[in-house]
Amino acid sequence: MSQPHKTHISAVVNGDPAEFLTDPGRTLLDALRDDLGLTGAKEGCGSGDCGACSVILDGRLVCACLVLAAEAEGKRVETIEGMAEGGVLHPLQQKFLEHAALQCGFCTPGLLVAAKALLAANPDPSESEARYWLAGNLCRCTGYDKVIRAVMDAAADMRQARVA
Amino acid sequence: MSEVLDRPEAGAALKVVGTRPIRPDGVDKVTGRAAYGADFAMPGMLVGRIKRSPHAHARILSVDTRRAQALPGVKAVVTAADFPNLASEEYEAGESASNLRDISCNCMARDKALYDGHAVAAVAATSAAIAEEALELIEVTYEVLPHVIDVEAAMAADAPLLHAHLYTQGLETRPDKPSNIAKRNRLERGDLEAGFAAAEAVVERRYVTPAVHQGYIEPHACVAVMAADGQGQVWSSSQGQFMVRTYCAKVLGLEASDIRVTPAEIGGGFGGKTTVYLEPLALALSRKSGAPVKMVMSREEVFRATGPTSGAVVEVKIGATRDGTITAADIVLKYQAGAYEGSPVGAGSMTALACYDIANFRITGYDVVTNSPKVAAYRAPGAPISAFAVESAVDELAQTLGLDPIALREKNAVRDGMKAAYGPTYRNIGYVETLEAIRDHPHYAAPLGPNQGRGVAVGFWFNVGGESTAAVHVNEDGSAVVVTGNPDIGGSRASMAMMAAETLGLPVDKVRPIVADTAAIGFSMLTGGSRTTFATGMAVTQAAQKIVADLKRRAAQIWDVAIDQVEWREGEALRLDKADTPPLSLAAIAAQSARTGGPITAEVSLNAGGAGPGFGAHICDVEVDPETGYVTVLRYTAAQDVGRAIHPAYVEGQVQGGVAQGIGWALNEEYIFDGEGKMENAGFLDYRVPVASDLPMIEPILIEVPNPRHPFGAKGVGEVPIVPPLAAVANAVARAIGVRMTSLPLSPPKLRAAMDGR
Repeated sequence: MSQPHKTHISAVVNGDPAEFLTDPGRTLLDALRDDLGLTGAKEGCGSGDCGACSVILDGRLVCACLVLAAEAEGKRVETIEGMAEGGVLHPLQQKFLEHAALQCGFCTPGLLVAAKALLAANPDPSESEARYWLAGNLCRCTGYDKVIRAVMDAAADMRQARVA
Repeated sequence: MSEVLDRPEAGAALKVVGTRPIRPDGVDKVTGRAAYGADFAMPGMLVGRIKRSPHAHARILSVDTRRAQALPGVKAVVTAADFPNLASEEYEAGESASNLRDISCNCMARDKALYDGHAVAAVAATSAAIAEEALELIEVTYEVLPHVIDVEAAMAADAPLLHAHLYTQGLETRPDKPSNIAKRNRLERGDLEAGFAAAEAVVERRYVTPAVHQGYIEPHACVAVMAADGQGQVWSSSQGQFMVRTYCAKVLGLEASDIRVTPAEIGGGFGGKTTVYLEPLALALSRKSGAPVKMVMSREEVFRATGPTSGAVVEVKIGATRDGTITAADIVLKYQAGAYEGSPVGAGSMTALACYDIANFRITGYDVVTNSPKVAAYRAPGAPISAFAVESAVDELAQTLGLDPIALREKNAVRDGMKAAYGPTYRNIGYVETLEAIRDHPHYAAPLGPNQGRGVAVGFWFNVGGESTAAVHVNEDGSAVVVTGNPDIGGSRASMAMMAAETLGLPVDKVRPIVADTAAIGFSMLTGGSRTTFATGMAVTQAAQKIVADLKRRAAQIWDVAIDQVEWREGEALRLDKADTPPLSLAAIAAQSARTGGPITAEVSLNAGGAGPGFGAHICDVEVDPETGYVTVLRYTAAQDVGRAIHPAYVEGQVQGGVAQGIGWALNEEYIFDGEGKMENAGFLDYRVPVASDLPMIEPILIEVPNPRHPFGAKGVGEVPIVPPLAAVANAVARAIGVRMTSLPLSPPKLRAAMDGR
């Protein structure tokens, strides 16, 4: 089998420059997981239905399994690995722990990244808005109750921090 | 660590149990560091892929792998010829027995492919693209056979036969012809005819539920390596590393000592990861290629070739006198087993009337093989199906008699000292308390609007104990490590650490729990049957108690007093004969351990009996859109007897998660097969599990009737909550639209049709 032509990609991943070589058909998810060793984004379906691979690409929430690795050229990619800053958990991460908003934890990175994107777009979501925004992230363990509570609680804390 | 005492009255006696500490594995799981099945990698690792049957039923005439093997980059190809042809042998594993030959043939089809998606060959190659290209080069010649998936069609005398050797067991006389009915089981009590003769109202209905998948978000995944000296290692996501070791050894004809299995984090199981699919293939490919092999299923493969639980037909006839006393019940359950025998119809039968004290009943169950994936355990296996039927019928009985559905259940409720329909006598059950809790909850009295309805249903699960091992090691600074052999699916590391901390008198953050590989801890049955907090928790507590006894002995030695002059209280040794002696802390004793006998450590292995059965009672409010037939769940309250909640937040989580899965089963989820027997909706887009916007908050009510056979009173909690929701939702819909729906899921087209026919 002939080796397909690989493309050199330069991107900014979690604030740092990152480079990798990729086949044209390769997904961003595979590049993150296999080339960059960032296995926090998970593959639950490979078809954009479960949200376990959620990352933020140039400020936009995407399923990394539906984005070609080559599309990351020159872009900023934010993954779960970049969410805590300098060893300090993001308020969403802290609230997920305090509310026991995870059981198996497999969907958790995607839910956290999606929730972060929600609060960037809407710092004061209603419960209904939070539920619809997170409807693209499947969780089979929790029934979402504690997830939604954690997101709402983190949003409240972050609003207060902004005022203070 | 934030620690909230949510139950001060319990806090008087217990300092850790009943609180809500942050789980010890939490930070890894919110930062993306936790390593699941597909996150593990080894140098030189190959990619494994599986060739699957495109036919629901076919004889495999030949498998030609030569062209695939010749493809550059392909390092190994395996077929059934690479595995020993095992004899039929039952192996007791956790909740149910499995037949080793069936497990082997399910991993890799031998002679016949029995469902669309059945593995017929596997390859390992240097890249995924090459492995997939190789699959195309494997030439399989099939003789396509007629197939049968519907459970009643499979029971018919002229149905296509899956297994020529299968003769129905459990009949009065041995049948003279093979059948797809693997087994008939029966439970009986009293005089059925007299019971129905005494009845003043009778409900008789036939209920249908489709096959549904456990739907864990993490697809099956493993890495396996077989070294040249015959020593194998497996890293995989499963509900039991010892189960993986046993099945791999049997399927490959190896000794257990030749395989070491390290549990990865598991991304959901719900019973679906209580068997093997990939691991034996990966080991076989590694043995042939000499390199580590990674195998990860696609979501489509998960749907087509793993799980699900049975599709079923359940017929219920139930009668009662005018005052609501149920006098008789006759129940027939027909469950799909999938390609090999072993549906959960036994548990479905035993749980069907477990909440009711009925003088006369007959329960008949049929285990039926069908051309669909072999069913796997799914949360309270079998029970939601029979509960959907029985709880729907009881609800209709209440409507017929003009009785309150909770009052009707209270009237016929099982209580301590009564004999369960499935045999044993109940002790320390909290069933009536759950009924009282929902009856008295504001939800039950809240007003309903137009097109809205309220449903009630109850549920039961046995909960199990079984074999577990735990070790507790005290570190030199007085902190501790708890080692168990049970994968942590939903927070069990936290409950293990808490029970050890409570016993030792340590703060919970001084106790680190780990889940060890098969070479590092004694045998434990898999995580399932709601057994881990009960049985493994018992082993942890007993190991910690042994540590305390040892610490008292060491303190006595240090003080040079008799051991009965030493008491252990709140993490310190106190000297009773000279009360002014400064206490010896765990840290102080640990620091001197070399002088008092060496390292402080204890391991306990046990076979836990006395698991306390669990009961739940649920209320569900729905609104049915009269235009579209779409059902919205408005409000949900679930009371459950949990014995004692070790970590209440994770107990609530089990209840909420089980309810959500039950709502999905009631409203959306189903396996849909086309005329050729291929699954038409093998993806999360078309197999729709509940999403956040589908559900309301789910309010759990934890009832604590302690189980005296557990050191802290715990009962299993994970399975009960999925049992009532199917009927709770259906009963709410029946009351909202005035039509009794007996076939799940309650999808909009079905409801529209039912409403049009009113």
